[in-house]
Amino acid sequence: MSVSGGLNGQPLLIAGGRVVCPDTGTDQIADVLVQDGRIAAVEPNLTGPDGVDRLAVEGMVLAPGLVDVHVHLREPGATHKETIRSGAQAAAAGGFTTIWAMPNTTPPLDDPAAVGYVRQEAKRWARRGQGGARVSPVGAASRRMAGKRMTEVGALVEAGAVAVSDDGLPIADTGLMRRLLEYTQAFDIPVLQHAEDLGLSAQGVMNEGSVATSLGLRGQPGAAESVMVARDVRLAQLTGGHLHVQHVSTRDSVEIIARARDKGVRVTAEATPHHLALTDEAVLGYRTEAKMNPPLRSADDRAAVRQAVVDGTIEMIATDHAPHHYEEKDREFDDAPFGVVGLETALSVCMRELVEPGLMTLNDLIDRMSAGPARAMGINGGSLRRGMPADIVIFDPDGAWVVDPRRFRSKAGNTPFAGDTLKGVVHRTLVSGEVRYASGVLL
Amino acid sequence: MNEPGAPEGGTRQAAAEARDRATAGDLGLGKDLTGLRDLTRAQVEGILDTAEPFKAISRRKVKKVPALRGRTIVNLFFEASTRTRISFEFAEKRLSADTVNVSSSGSSVQKGETLVDTARNLEAMNIDMVVMRHGSSGAAQFLAERIPSNVINAGDGRHEHPTQALLDLLTLRDRFGRIEGLKIAIVGDILHSRVARSNIWGLLACGAEVAVCGPRTLIPAGIDELGATVLNRVEEAIEWADALNVLRLQLERMDGGYVPSLEEYNRCFGVTLERLRRAPETVAVLHPGPMNRGVEIDSDVADGPRSVILPQVTNGVAIRMAVLYLLAGGRPATAASAVA
Repeated sequence: MSVSGGLNGQPLLIAGGRVVCPDTGTDQIADVLVQDGRIAAVEPNLTGPDGVDRLAVEGMVLAPGLVDVHVHLREPGATHKETIRSGAQAAAAGGFTTIWAMPNTTPPLDDPAAVGYVRQEAKRWARRGQGGARVSPVGAASRRMAGKRMTEVGALVEAGAVAVSDDGLPIADTGLMRRLLEYTQAFDIPVLQHAEDLGLSAQGVMNEGSVATSLGLRGQPGAAESVMVARDVRLAQLTGGHLHVQHVSTRDSVEIIARARDKGVRVTAEATPHHLALTDEAVLGYRTEAKMNPPLRSADDRAAVRQAVVDGTIEMIATDHAPHHYEEKDREFDDAPFGVVGLETALSVCMRELVEPGLMTLNDLIDRMSAGPARAMGINGGSLRRGMPADIVIFDPDGAWVVDPRRFRSKAGNTPFAGDTLKGVVHRTLVSGEVRYASGVLL
Repeated sequence: MNEPGAPEGGTRQAAAEARDRATAGDLGLGKDLTGLRDLTRAQVEGILDTAEPFKAISRRKVKKVPALRGRTIVNLFFEASTRTRISFEFAEKRLSADTVNVSSSGSSVQKGETLVDTARNLEAMNIDMVVMRHGSSGAAQFLAERIPSNVINAGDGRHEHPTQALLDLLTLRDRFGRIEGLKIAIVGDILHSRVARSNIWGLLACGAEVAVCGPRTLIPAGIDELGATVLNRVEEAIEWADALNVLRLQLERMDGGYVPSLEEYNRCFGVTLERLRRAPETVAVLHPGPMNRGVEIDSDVADGPRSVILPQVTNGVAIRMAVLYLLAGGRPATAASAVA
């Protein structure tokens, strides 16, 4: 792979693309000069220094690399589903340059060694030329993720943790949640909450409603999520801590978050591409590839979540990429695990659901997938401003492709979008100027 | 290169080809009977009509016809069942099929075998039909999509129990001479009931009106969108209905916190003689069994003149013979001659 643009490489001039950078307010045909792994200039008709490598990208969109704060890499413990290497490569193939790895591995990322392992492993593969997106580990919020005692948050942050969460499980104990929102303020990191009242969700395997009733599947009501979101925003208000609500799926949750934001509560939120695209009817036929938690909701909920992404109430899109082996999903619906992969379809699915119908501009979508999460989470990325790390995605917005899970970089293929024809083909992804994904088209 | 997708299986493909080939007589039932949801009125009534001549066989001294001679049927029961399994087995034997019973105890399932592998092994033994009872909703469809044999759902989770609903329909038709326009109240634990769901689909297809009644904790969300009216009080249901289908209250529902006690359930939702006194003599009472006497139904109702509970059991064999016969390719019009 080319090393131009990288830290010790030749300067790289990426010429003729449509540069879309919400952070700098850029949306025009321009050239981008990358030097020493950083953005050196963004202007039309740049010449660059002597000996510069040129990459012509006419007709392509050049945007800040995408940022996904919600990814499951499964390593350590379940490497038959995904590994740090395969997950980071899948992310790069989907245009992501920074991903946050959730701590619900086996063992969980609840001590500094485990957090350090994820970070080092990603770097090790990158040094070998097999890296992908930059991987930032999220530490567990409670020891063993048992929901009882707080982890050594300070030590986890020193080891590289960028947030804490018990994702997969909610932080159910109200007292513990309060203490976390207080304690994390010393380190200026968010608490990522999988909001689910387990007494209400009651082992439900899909959304509660007429679809679940006709299929005879146990449903979990939308209130299982919003009850906990309501509790958490009050705790955020009480403590001043940074609450981040993961995978918002209901209208009620959206409204609670919007009201809290109006009152100045420090709350951020994400929505997933699958909740933006699908409803619980996707489960019909007992399709386990449409089984995830929180589950796909009603059309009304989907409309509310879409609108919240459009108006910025939900400031970021995150995939909740949750790989599973095909054999694990090829089971009775009750027995199949929750989760879908999302890294390699996120950009195209969001373009189909939000940009094509005219709900939002491409510029705004790029914001929700790069600058939005970077701003909300304090990530050094999501921008083509001069001096920023050269994290860049180059994609053909009109290129059509058919989703074929067998062609994924991810080890898993559990996607509800298999067989769909989507638009938006990623051709190159650069992390700090290094090529981490190349489609083979731009050479 | 990774291989993330499931391999393109010969199994699923063979199942699909078998489905395309299957015509199931003139009714177009297809390869399987996994539920009543997608059946038309003509199909439901066609099955009931086909059952009529089969009723006679069970009344004969020699209770056997050769309609399914040489066919192999596996009764695959992952959940305990006495009456449904016996009913299917009688139906199969009276049609001269060869049958094998597999129940969850002692089977590979307890050794951790997946349903996919069970399906593949069955396919490898070249069987013709599978009758399956399973605790997970959707299990019948899951199996049907993976083996070329006919699959008959003998109850999957809370989803459907189509032959039970068909025998209920046949019993109602025997009693009232029609199904169209009847008002049927299904009373009890609707939330966990596959019988309720199959009855709703079958009754609506045949032009009946359906209400469900029970404690709100046991009424599933959105049931009205399926076409059933929700009645809060059993007195209302009794006043409204031409027939009551009383469902079994699983004793473990108390642990789930759905009802405070069995006594309370009987006091507030039990179908008692006292409550039935307000209803006309013609009101029929059905129960899919097994009954909890003194809980959802009192003995003097179950054993009284309104009860059609034993005729339901008798009809169960005829209905299952009809379904087996039709899925094996028999035609409704020739059912009578198959019996002769």
